[in-house]
Amino acid sequence: MEIDPFIFRFSIFILAIFVGYYVVWSVTPSLHTPLMSVTNAISSVIIVGAIIAALASSSNNIFEISNIFGFLAIVLAAVNIFGGFLVTQRMLQMYKKKKKDKK
Amino acid sequence: MISANLSAIFYLISGILFILALRGLSSPETSRQGNFFGILGMIIAIAVTFLTVGNFSAAMNYVLLFLVIGGAIGAFIAFKIPMTAMPELVAGFHSLVGLAAVFVAISAFLNPQAFNLGSPGDIKLASLIEMSIGAAIGAITFSGSIIAFLKLRGIMSGSPITFKGQHFLNLILGISIIVLIYFLCTTQSESFFWRMIGISFLIGVLLIIPIGGADMPVVISMLNSYSGWAAAGIGFTLENTALIITGALVGSSGAILSYIMCKGMNRSFFSVILGGFGGDSTIGKEKKKDQKPVKSGNAEDAAFLLKNASSVIIVPGYGMAVAQAQHALREMVDALKKNDIKVSYAVHPVAGRMPGHMNVLLAEANVPYDEVFELDDINNDFANTDVAFVIGANDVTNPVAKTDPQSPIYGMPVLDVEKCKSVLFVKRSLSPGYAGVDNELFYRDNTLMLFADAKKMTEDIVKNI
Repeated sequence: MEIDPFIFRFSIFILAIFVGYYVVWSVTPSLHTPLMSVTNAISSVIIVGAIIAALASSSNNIFEISNIFGFLAIVLAAVNIFGGFLVTQRMLQMYKKKKKDKK
Repeated sequence: MISANLSAIFYLISGILFILALRGLSSPETSRQGNFFGILGMIIAIAVTFLTVGNFSAAMNYVLLFLVIGGAIGAFIAFKIPMTAMPELVAGFHSLVGLAAVFVAISAFLNPQAFNLGSPGDIKLASLIEMSIGAAIGAITFSGSIIAFLKLRGIMSGSPITFKGQHFLNLILGISIIVLIYFLCTTQSESFFWRMIGISFLIGVLLIIPIGGADMPVVISMLNSYSGWAAAGIGFTLENTALIITGALVGSSGAILSYIMCKGMNRSFFSVILGGFGGDSTIGKEKKKDQKPVKSGNAEDAAFLLKNASSVIIVPGYGMAVAQAQHALREMVDALKKNDIKVSYAVHPVAGRMPGHMNVLLAEANVPYDEVFELDDINNDFANTDVAFVIGANDVTNPVAKTDPQSPIYGMPVLDVEKCKSVLFVKRSLSPGYAGVDNELFYRDNTLMLFADAKKMTEDIVKNI
């Protein structure tokens, strides 16, 4: 009997939930806001689906309705990727230790 | 053009980099490196996708164009946004992830060949279920986040909107989504797909409107979680490891944050979701505040008290964020430190409108993060402290949570500010907090109320120190 590939993906999914569980509990509470913005940025890896959808060519027309949805999704995900990572970076820059330089 | 196996390995690598990105957040020192790992993972995922598709036709130019447009908008927002607007920014970003998931699901449904899922009208059953779940959760995330955004931004009132039969309606709509997915799978008819997405948008709105302003930390974490599950659903459809891993990470991250926030308020997750709590309309008990004497003072009195203290604990809350008082506060603390007064900050888990909200604002004002303490780490210190300076917080300091089982906030962990020798409350009025509960601290002998805008009062205190 062969195992359905879905089961393998499902296994990855479940294991990743466990990894996420332990990793997130170790995040210090003072960094919970950057945690939210960075999870937001990484969940925009959904852009890979958008790129595939946008580049799919079933005909010569590159603006089939399914491509258009792909392009729209690229814009949305790109806003998130750049916005999410940069705003996280900006926040993390602000976390400083005691008495480094008093301005 | 690279093989599917090779690209799968690269997607795995980018998934691992995302795990390291979250791992980095375990301390501020490693966090910047973590963020770098995240960016690297994203670059790998996008580059590999381009190479796998390998279609460098005219469409490619548009892909790059849209990528740049979106990226420019995102970068612009990231640099311009004030730190006080972070909760609504995060809500807004969640809505984009949700909508992107819906769009990807739609194009996978319309053009399944591109994703190796079969052909229109004959999509593989498992794929159909996966993309429907991804689209439904994505749509709920989108419309729910929009409502959360509007509430946080103040465009929509923060009070809960409730009506009769609300929960029943939600239940019916939830069941109808499952029924529609069933019919979609049996008939492959497009109309069921569109209806399912439409109803999901509606559910998102209905789920969030009954939830009040003070419960926003839970809502925003919950939507964070949803955006993850939506991404995972799409990841299964696309058979993409990076997306599955990320979806699972984000989903569990949001769920844990929701749990922490609920615990910070001692409320069950379901009571938050069912809503109707935390608005101005909440029926508080009959307030007898007019009869009770309140000691109020001005900036000079406060400055005198602070100057003569040897230790001070600052308790910031949402009011500080609204008044943008964090910079003035830090100036005040600097002035106190010059007088050799020991100052630390106490942050309650649900202070503000999102997890970690106060910490970010204090960091923005150049407050070193090792002076900022969590509830459990500092609560014992109040007894040995001369002055507690409560700025814009209320419910999180209310001793009634420990003493009165009748109170709606009974059991919520609170900061023991009443154990300090004296308490200074910067607040605009005596109005109760979001829970609608009167704070008995206001009427104690050792409490001095400072009725003013938080920023203005803090600045005046600085002048008087």
